[in-house]
Amino acid sequence: MAPNELPIKLVGMTVDDLMEDLYVDIPSGSNSTCESGPSNDDTDNPFEAGSDSDDDDIPLAEVQRNLRASRGPSQPPTPPTISVWIPPEWTMLRLTLTRALSRAKISPKHLSVITREAGNQPQKIEVYIDDQKVMVEPGTTVLQAAALVGVEIPRFCYHERLAVAGNCRMCLVEVEKSPKPVAACAMPVMKGWRVKTNSPLTRKAREGVMEFLLVNHPLDCPICDQGGECDLQDQSMAFGSDRSRFTDIDFEGKRAVEDKDIGPLIKTIMTRCIHCTRCIRFASEVAGIDDLGTTGRGTDMQIGTYVEKFFMSELSGNVIDLCPVGALTSKPYSFTARPWEIRKIDSIDVLDALGSNIVVSTRTNEVMRILPRVNEEINEEWISDKSRFSYDGLKRQRLVAPMLRNSDCELRPVDWEAALLTTAKVIKNAGSNIAAIAGGFADAEALVALKDLLNKLGSEALCTEYTFPMNGSGTDLRSNYLLNNGIAKVEEADLVLLIGTNPRFEAPILNARIRKGYIHNESEIAVIGPEIDLRYEYQHIGTDPEVLQDLASGKHPFAKQLKKAKRPIIIVGSETLEREDGGAILAAAQSLASTTSAEPGWKVINVLQKVASQVAALDIGYAPGAAKVREMKNLKVLFLLGADEKVLEKSDIPKDCFIIYQGHHGDYGACIADAVFPGAAYTEKQATYVNTEGRAQQTLVAVSPPGQAREDWKIIRALSEFVGAKLPYDTLDEVRDRLEDVAPHLTRYGYSEDANYFKQALELAKKSNAKMDKTAFCLNQLELEDFFMTDTISRASPTMAKCIQAVKKQKESKY
Amino acid sequence: MLSNLKTVARFFGRPNARLIQTTSTQQSDALFVHRDTKEDNPDIPFEFNSENLQRVNAILAIYPEGHKRAAMIPLLDLAQRQHGWLPLSAMHKVAEILKLPRMRVYEVATFYTMFLRKPTGKYHVGVCTTTPCWLRGSDQILNTIRSELKIDVGGMTEDRLFSLSELECLGACVNAPMMSINDDYYEDLTVEDTKEILADLKAGKKPRAGPRSGRFAAEPAGDLTSLTGTPPGPGFGVRADL
Repeated sequence: MAPNELPIKLVGMTVDDLMEDLYVDIPSGSNSTCESGPSNDDTDNPFEAGSDSDDDDIPLAEVQRNLRASRGPSQPPTPPTISVWIPPEWTMLRLTLTRALSRAKISPKHLSVITREAGNQPQKIEVYIDDQKVMVEPGTTVLQAAALVGVEIPRFCYHERLAVAGNCRMCLVEVEKSPKPVAACAMPVMKGWRVKTNSPLTRKAREGVMEFLLVNHPLDCPICDQGGECDLQDQSMAFGSDRSRFTDIDFEGKRAVEDKDIGPLIKTIMTRCIHCTRCIRFASEVAGIDDLGTTGRGTDMQIGTYVEKFFMSELSGNVIDLCPVGALTSKPYSFTARPWEIRKIDSIDVLDALGSNIVVSTRTNEVMRILPRVNEEINEEWISDKSRFSYDGLKRQRLVAPMLRNSDCELRPVDWEAALLTTAKVIKNAGSNIAAIAGGFADAEALVALKDLLNKLGSEALCTEYTFPMNGSGTDLRSNYLLNNGIAKVEEADLVLLIGTNPRFEAPILNARIRKGYIHNESEIAVIGPEIDLRYEYQHIGTDPEVLQDLASGKHPFAKQLKKAKRPIIIVGSETLEREDGGAILAAAQSLASTTSAEPGWKVINVLQKVASQVAALDIGYAPGAAKVREMKNLKVLFLLGADEKVLEKSDIPKDCFIIYQGHHGDYGACIADAVFPGAAYTEKQATYVNTEGRAQQTLVAVSPPGQAREDWKIIRALSEFVGAKLPYDTLDEVRDRLEDVAPHLTRYGYSEDANYFKQALELAKKSNAKMDKTAFCLNQLELEDFFMTDTISRASPTMAKCIQAVKKQKESKY
Repeated sequence: MLSNLKTVARFFGRPNARLIQTTSTQQSDALFVHRDTKEDNPDIPFEFNSENLQRVNAILAIYPEGHKRAAMIPLLDLAQRQHGWLPLSAMHKVAEILKLPRMRVYEVATFYTMFLRKPTGKYHVGVCTTTPCWLRGSDQILNTIRSELKIDVGGMTEDRLFSLSELECLGACVNAPMMSINDDYYEDLTVEDTKEILADLKAGKKPRAGPRSGRFAAEPAGDLTSLTGTPPGPGFGVRADL
């Protein structure tokens, strides 16, 4: 019995007939676990060399180093394998046309009609919004057309970045000659429509919808955290009726719904829920965690998880922003402040290397909460939970006074003068035997000041905590260490190859972009490295660097697909490049990138950094990795600028070495230091950070540094005076002038400075003698519990600790 | 004096008039969140038996690739038929078969009232109490069942043979009052009929489904009240000049 005969036979059958009939012939059925993507039969690929059009021709000699031309003997190839990793509960959200066809065995010619239609160039159609003419693309919804002429239609369920649901009905508008009002968010405009967004019918419809919403909404605004920034509150003021007809309180009462426990971050008061389903759509479309849904029906319908379950997402906090009412609010922020009494300061997040734009809300010199700010180029309007909730770490474990280690080996608070005097004396005695390590939160101003100071003292030993391979052109070419193609363009890619990185936890927003491309752009994703849960389907093509060689030589089955891709992106994790053979991996990735047939201007090779300071530090001229410091046998002074990641143990440093720690948290660095300078955290200073795509952005002062803590560059400037090597700048502007001298792009805020030189980097990399070893890639952040505490701020945050607890508890749970 | 009386009267008439908080009345006897119980928790394994497994494959074969989730309702129904009601583990099993997030299955299973998410007896007796049946005496039928089985609406007998529910209109208004027992309708009920049906079921017999009044289906209960004469021929009632 062929599958397409069945429906005909089914007509007129009872359930029992069906049941008995159905297993006469059981087709082979459901094998959807493994498939290898679109077919690869046509191999017409004239492009071999890739595009070098934007590579400038610089003489190689300029950047050439001691390179050996010989390469190590190649290893015997192992049979390459591909397995498809599918989220445990495969979501079926995305079914590509080709995939559907290949499974359903329908010939594509059935779809020729559709393609023919689609091939026509769309003509703009005219519609009238409140008698204002506007020309729009066919398929534009009434709501979007109205937005074009600046008419805002009230809405609850509609959200630009989520699928249209059309269930709140708040956006009802009158369309001339339409018998009923239409839902503006879901209805595409037709030619010549006259939409009336302020007619009596529209107003009546809105008032009616609002009245129904309020019938089952508690009037607890005075104790609701959303009060003051609540869509329902605002819209009932603007569009609702001026009085209530609700008198049913004595009989049926208002609907009451049990609150849900979805973790330590999101507080739920489900009685306030108006069923817009934004949180559900966010969870399944953006976060890829299908744990939220609607249960029940009618008045009994409720939003929730049905079973007790923690919302296990690294992006969960965004549902708080999405919720138009106070049903989902922030647990750490609950009952702490009101929106009208807080000051909002635009800033930049530094807890990962993406530089997501944030708004820091403060009251009485205290950070009350952190919200995302829209930046289409970086974070759209999402931020990760670590960025959003780890601000309570800024209030704990802080260094509030300068400290010196006394004769009992105890750190004792002293005043600035004593600290600087003592330190300056040691530095003067040390001469040029001084080195510095910059940590992940160091800002560009402090970095340049510290570099100038050490250079004046005659030392060049300035390095960052995280190392980077120096084979080939190393950090001399910016394109080697940047996410060259930009964050926003990741969603346009048709193929993403992740090498030794877990973007879900290293850069959650980037992962959301990749997922967006996966869903809306049908991109193929492949991973080389440990098998990880990225919340989308990917091809797991290997675990060790050898796969790169197989890909380059074409031996690997995935190589064809990679070569054919028009917009491939290769993302190499910075953690992977810290390996011994990082240089070889980068070189292999670069040469792999050069063999793709990418469009002109499309940058294939990308490096994903893990910390906010790394790009600026490398731009300014810091050496990556602390190896240089380790080699200095007569090191007298070590300056740690927020370096807390234990890159150097006490045993790596000479015993008589004096360690200065400057930073904002009492963590490992302060523990081993002889002198501690309290610095300012990112919310407390105006400072420059360069994100992983090379975009300079600045944080602004939201609160003042606690106690005697000062802005970092000022401390270094003061120290320089005590040392006798006075730095030539007194104000922030002057430091930034200096920054501009070093690298002009560091002060061009908001713009990302491109890097090119891919060809040169590749040539230099080819000449390096880097050898690849066979060990599999390993990553620090594999599971969700590894995500929350990765740096000094999040390690000091009780909220993050609660998250880890909740994740561990959830993992033990049966659900 | 009079005003005092009024106050007293109000006090007796509306005892909770001054209470500020009220709880909404429950619209449904089902709960729309899951609570672990001894009988229903994710640790209880659920597997389709081999016969049903073949049915599962047959059901899945109806739906094209990429639309397999459409098989959710048939599969849930199959699970319910196998187990008697729909435990959480069965929903999990269906999610596993369809490779869907569990939440998507919970949504469907909670939406449809015919998916019974709590332990239910072998015979699920549902009495229609919507207006037409109520007018024809569904209350008596319900009370009969209550007293016969000694359970209340929403309850189950101790021998797990019967469960009792009130249902909304099942579309058999012509044959009111009616009740449904599993897949069968028992219509035109009287108190005696109801007792007989329950007794038969208790004795392990299968009572005949359908109307009890001797009617075949939904034809008029007595003789015809209209269209009683011979049918008029062509041209009846037409103007003579046409």
